[in-house]
Amino acid sequence: MSILQRRIGADAVAAKGWLRAQRWLVLRRAVQASVLALFLAGPWFGVWIVKGNLTSSLTLGVLPLTDPYVLAQSLAAGYVPLRSAWIGAAIVLVFYVLVGGRAFCSWVCPVNPLTDAAAWLRTRLGIRGGAHVSRRTRYAVLALTFVVAAASGIVAWELVNPVSMLHRGLIFGIGAMWAILLAVVLFDLFVMRRGWCGHLCPMGAFYSLTAHFSVLRVVAARRERCNDCLDCFAVCPEPVVIRPALKGIGGAGPVIGAANCTNCGRCIDVCAPDVFEFGTRWSARASPRPQPRTAAPQE
Amino acid sequence: MTTDKLQNRTAVPRRQFVFDAARLACGVGALGLGLGLVARHAKARPPQAIRPPGARVEPAFLAACLRCGLCVRDCPYDILSLATPEEPVANGTPYFVARQGPCEMCPDIPCVKACPSGALDPKLADINQARMGLAVLVDQENCLNFLGLRCDICYRVCPLIDKAITLEQQVNTRTGQHARFIPVVHSDACTGCGKCEKACPLPAAAIKVYPTELAKGEPGKHYRLGWIEKDRAGGSLVAPDAEHRYNLPEGMRYESGRGLSPGAASAVPPQPPAAPRALQGDRL
Repeated sequence: MSILQRRIGADAVAAKGWLRAQRWLVLRRAVQASVLALFLAGPWFGVWIVKGNLTSSLTLGVLPLTDPYVLAQSLAAGYVPLRSAWIGAAIVLVFYVLVGGRAFCSWVCPVNPLTDAAAWLRTRLGIRGGAHVSRRTRYAVLALTFVVAAASGIVAWELVNPVSMLHRGLIFGIGAMWAILLAVVLFDLFVMRRGWCGHLCPMGAFYSLTAHFSVLRVVAARRERCNDCLDCFAVCPEPVVIRPALKGIGGAGPVIGAANCTNCGRCIDVCAPDVFEFGTRWSARASPRPQPRTAAPQE
Repeated sequence: MTTDKLQNRTAVPRRQFVFDAARLACGVGALGLGLGLVARHAKARPPQAIRPPGARVEPAFLAACLRCGLCVRDCPYDILSLATPEEPVANGTPYFVARQGPCEMCPDIPCVKACPSGALDPKLADINQARMGLAVLVDQENCLNFLGLRCDICYRVCPLIDKAITLEQQVNTRTGQHARFIPVVHSDACTGCGKCEKACPLPAAAIKVYPTELAKGEPGKHYRLGWIEKDRAGGSLVAPDAEHRYNLPEGMRYESGRGLSPGAASAVPPQPPAAPRALQGDRL
């Protein structure tokens, strides 16, 4: 395949210029860094804008935010939290319904830059093969976390959850946390491409459940322009989500409706003919009908 | 042949499906087993790790705590920390070690107010009602007060002095002529703040705060303490309250609270004690 010989997105850089071909990536890294900076400003500089961490926090002393996944685990373990946690979880849920469930994964989650780096490095080093498991495994892991919580009566997954551990570690002291992160990165690098975020993480699976109702979506608005360069497939952390919308398979509209699209916007960046854009789940009505294709795209 | 082909075509995906399902079940099941073991170990909390005030009794606390660290942030004395993965406390949960920094018992209890989930129970309005643990004078061989010195530090630093820790006077049987002032912890008042443990001047504290379930025994449910029942009933329950009759050696009599004294029981009035009262086990 030609994409293995050249850099992904090289065409986009040539067509749109470097900055426009990295726009969403740069913005996304800036948002990730800003979220972390808000949490770190308190302990590092004494500027207490946000207290706590991603599992639960208090912003400016008034806005409670709680991770609904942790709240759900607490419920599974047999504890009904107080109102403050419920309000926080409701706010977070509504927010992610608006911006796309797994937007958490690509715009907020602190593990994402690490696994993105592992995936990038894996491509650059030409590491191929490795273990193969279904991307649906994460839903089995998600169910398992609730089963173990119910069986043990404690919030068991949070004892080992790399996502909350990393965020907590960065803010409250990392301890031996680095070893678990190293394991995740090495796993993604050598054992399974996009292994953690793309196949196993139950947190991503949980947030993907809200994506069924989410408003903000990536739309293949100009899909008739697609030149089958496959850069979007190569760069996408969840490549299976693109095809139906891009190719109009089974009469699908141009909105990428799949639950596991993380709204990272990388496909928008790397597409030289500018097929993709951010839109809403209702963008289908306004977009032009897809052109019938003569040749089936290769994968 | 067509049907053969058709059967083969369905048989292989079906076998594949069963294979994949089994693989998924085994893989995730193994993960679940490991997670279950981790969860079991997480319930074992080392006795030095004391939970903040108002913490629900473990393991309920581990179901309720979100590991957000808001209690850590709002502790004005910065004594709380969140457990990191290599520590023997459940990952991410808050605790303090009394010997390093005890709870200062803020009257407004900011850590409890900060808790969004109620893992620290907001019903705790009076810090003196907190039960973080229970102080135990574990080392009676090295405690300075037990040795007969007037250290008294644990008693003096106790925020509930004379309620949670009292000094009980005893005879110093080693010297025969001094008193010992024994610090005694009372579980109905001790909050487990750990100030006594922090203040103990020994290189390793003789008084330590333990989780209550470790520190305390429990009487049999059917046990009744006769003198309490008698008080409650306003009189003896085994009527009538008969005078006890003793078969005593010649010339001895029984004096309640004193034991045997020389002299006839009823004819002679009680003799003044020959030795100092202290030696007879009385209180000065």
